[in-house]
Amino acid sequence: MSRLLKFNIFRYNPEDTQSEPHMQEFVLEETDSMTLFIALNRIREEQDPSLQFDFCCRAGICGSCGMVINGRPGLACHTKTRDLPGEITLLPLPVFKLVGDLSVDTGSWFREMYTATESWIHTDKEFDPTALEERMDNKDAVAIYELERCVECGCCISACGTARLRDDFIGAAALNRVARFLIDPRDQRSENDYYEIIGNDMGIFGCMGLLACEDVCPKHLPLQNQLGFLRRKMGITSLKRIFKK
Amino acid sequence: MQTIYTDFLVVGAGLAGERAAVQAADAGFSAICLSLVPARRSHSSAAQGGMQASLGNSVMGEGDCPDVHFADTVKGSDWGCDQEVARLFADTAPIEMRRLAHWGVPWNRVVPGKSIYYKGGKQFEKVEAEDKEGLIMARSFGGTAKWRTCYTSDGTGHAVMCTMDNRCAEKGVEVHDKTEAIALIQDGETCFGVVARCLRTGELRVYLSKATMIAAGGFGRIYPNTTNAVICDGGAHTMCLNTGVVPMGNMEAVQFHPTGIVPTDILVTEGCRGDGGTLLDVNEKRFMHEYEPDKAELASRDVVSRWMTHHMREGHGVKSPYGEHLWLDIRHLGEEHITGKLREVYEICTSFLGVDPIHQLIPVRPTQHYSMGGVRTNKDGAAYGLKGLFAAGEAACWDMHGFNRLGGNSLAETVVAGGIIGRKIAEYLEGSETEFKTSLINDEVRKQQSRIDALVNCTNGSENVYKVRKAMQDALHKGANIFRNQQGLEACVAELQEALIRSKNVGLRSDGKGVNPELASALKLEGQVKMALMVAYGALQRTESRGSHNREDFTARNDRDWLNRTLAYWKNTDDTLPTLEYEPATEVVEIPPGDRGYGKSEIISADTPKGKGKKGK
Repeated sequence: MSRLLKFNIFRYNPEDTQSEPHMQEFVLEETDSMTLFIALNRIREEQDPSLQFDFCCRAGICGSCGMVINGRPGLACHTKTRDLPGEITLLPLPVFKLVGDLSVDTGSWFREMYTATESWIHTDKEFDPTALEERMDNKDAVAIYELERCVECGCCISACGTARLRDDFIGAAALNRVARFLIDPRDQRSENDYYEIIGNDMGIFGCMGLLACEDVCPKHLPLQNQLGFLRRKMGITSLKRIFKK
Repeated sequence: MQTIYTDFLVVGAGLAGERAAVQAADAGFSAICLSLVPARRSHSSAAQGGMQASLGNSVMGEGDCPDVHFADTVKGSDWGCDQEVARLFADTAPIEMRRLAHWGVPWNRVVPGKSIYYKGGKQFEKVEAEDKEGLIMARSFGGTAKWRTCYTSDGTGHAVMCTMDNRCAEKGVEVHDKTEAIALIQDGETCFGVVARCLRTGELRVYLSKATMIAAGGFGRIYPNTTNAVICDGGAHTMCLNTGVVPMGNMEAVQFHPTGIVPTDILVTEGCRGDGGTLLDVNEKRFMHEYEPDKAELASRDVVSRWMTHHMREGHGVKSPYGEHLWLDIRHLGEEHITGKLREVYEICTSFLGVDPIHQLIPVRPTQHYSMGGVRTNKDGAAYGLKGLFAAGEAACWDMHGFNRLGGNSLAETVVAGGIIGRKIAEYLEGSETEFKTSLINDEVRKQQSRIDALVNCTNGSENVYKVRKAMQDALHKGANIFRNQQGLEACVAELQEALIRSKNVGLRSDGKGVNPELASALKLEGQVKMALMVAYGALQRTESRGSHNREDFTARNDRDWLNRTLAYWKNTDDTLPTLEYEPATEVVEIPPGDRGYGKSEIISADTPKGKGKKGK
């Protein structure tokens, strides 16, 4: 006989005036290789069809299913029930706006972030469809990709002390994004340009160095290194700006 | 009711949709993409392998050119593709890859000098040329004559999707995520936009546009086991077939992949078998070499999938709570190889299964993977039947894939087709004027609202949406899978017709308030069953085997009678079967039908007189 799992799931439907935030209990029999993806879908299909949660690729690639699993932000798709105790508590990610139950609005948050950091290559070169591609060192390409592996699940933001205190802090995912363009030889922005975006308390100087972002990152991105790298760069840029005055 | 106007509306915010939107925005038009999820979560981002384009930079790609790429694509399609489209694709792909590099994709680049690579488990050496240093590198893929697949480590789709979405942000293309289009606004001649449901509040919203594009990916979720994301449910296709005038092309052409893991159907790469992994049955015995003495596990995707299914049918499958499966064994490759060359496979097994492939067997089964069929368009991406409606990417039957798609060609298709069709749409927007009739819009909104009310109030019955969906999926799984025959397909069609009746009687168990996921599933269910019928009924009528469509009772590819494309219509809402029409597979013939050079070669040639059924080579 397999375990009977007890799920405590946060319930609230903001579109229903009768709805009050509360925890609801569901019981499910564990099966082999059960993930939270399988468990939550079974609960919805067999027990409560109104239960809201987000999954998309269910393969750890798209970042849809970030939630707080027994107190820790993580991706539900690659969390196996066998690694959890018999009682499992699921809460929506904090910081992001709640859509309902376990579903939050990460899309709007990240779209604002792209706009704030101007998350695209800034160049005055025109594309010439008749020419060979511009050459690039493979090492640069690999380094850029290492930072671009972020799936925007929002776990790092939800685990961030500063983001929980102030809602204008751009967070590790955004700083990682800036680092990605800073090391890209195709982007012509100067360090001064980046300073305008992140050289303040909403940016790199707001980070308290608690480093939970890296602890919870499901893609194991080197977020600590990026924060250190940007802090040094922007610190030096800051000094240069003072002396220029 | 909120009404939003835009010049160009895209249903879907994956690579094809965003690429077309960028093209329209570059021409000065406003563009909005609707998406079920934030753009970067689109299924495009899950593609790992790469994009085919004949740049010929790698030493193993030397001599490659669009002609060779074109020939591979036509052969791959088993001569089911539109050759004019395949030509357009092969010629444009290199330019699009370079454009992506300019926009910010971190393509892996050529590193000059010696390096080693593996083929069939054996080690070889190659030397990359000095003068190619820093140009876009390519890797090897199945079914191609040259190394042609451009890639970014093992996350090509993700990297290109990031760049494309950045480009959208820069160009002011809006992405309205958590928004689901549920019906086209159209008068039987022209498409004017969609009625959509907001997945933040549950409210209905109207989007009006001069041009509308369907770029919502595949519809694998009508099968029970699929590698597709949960959003690939065919919802956007169902809007099109509900018009009665827009046909779906080649719906019976469905690709299966041999090694989806059980239970979640996530793919493990063909590289496992390429590097020497073996398939085992319930007794942990190898079996592929008995069916295919030469190639064994290394036969092509469709062939391996077929034999695996056959072997399970013979009673050699492993029983599990998630259905029968077989084992993939890579233990003998050793820890160093598995955690090095097959790192991704190692991570999938440990993260999703809790299986350590160094010491344990991996549960696998053939799994639905790609939909060659979709909204039928002409070579400009314009949908048949409605002016102002376009389609691109996996959602479309543009038709460069015919009856079998080559790996790496679909991801490339998204941006290449998105670019080509985006330009055509910009021309269309330039030259057209539209008038919106408010009565038409109001009627459609009212119709959708009453559908929702009926589901919430159980006006038509109280069938359980998930149970009907399961009945549909099980019917397809049994009857329209890797092997097909008349008896199985007839039974499948009958079961689906029963499911169709039940789908009309669905009522919600929950209250339907707000976002309500049960309502979202219920709204598309009837359309999904109709799509399933298009797959099964189209397969029943097609009495030949071509590409992924494999009839046990008609094993030859029959160019004499079936060198054509199925067009499936749902002409009246109350019909119980689709109406099938046919058109020639290709008007332009650069390469006449012949032997593909792999797989089986039984062909009834186009020159064979009726009644002879001569078997060619």
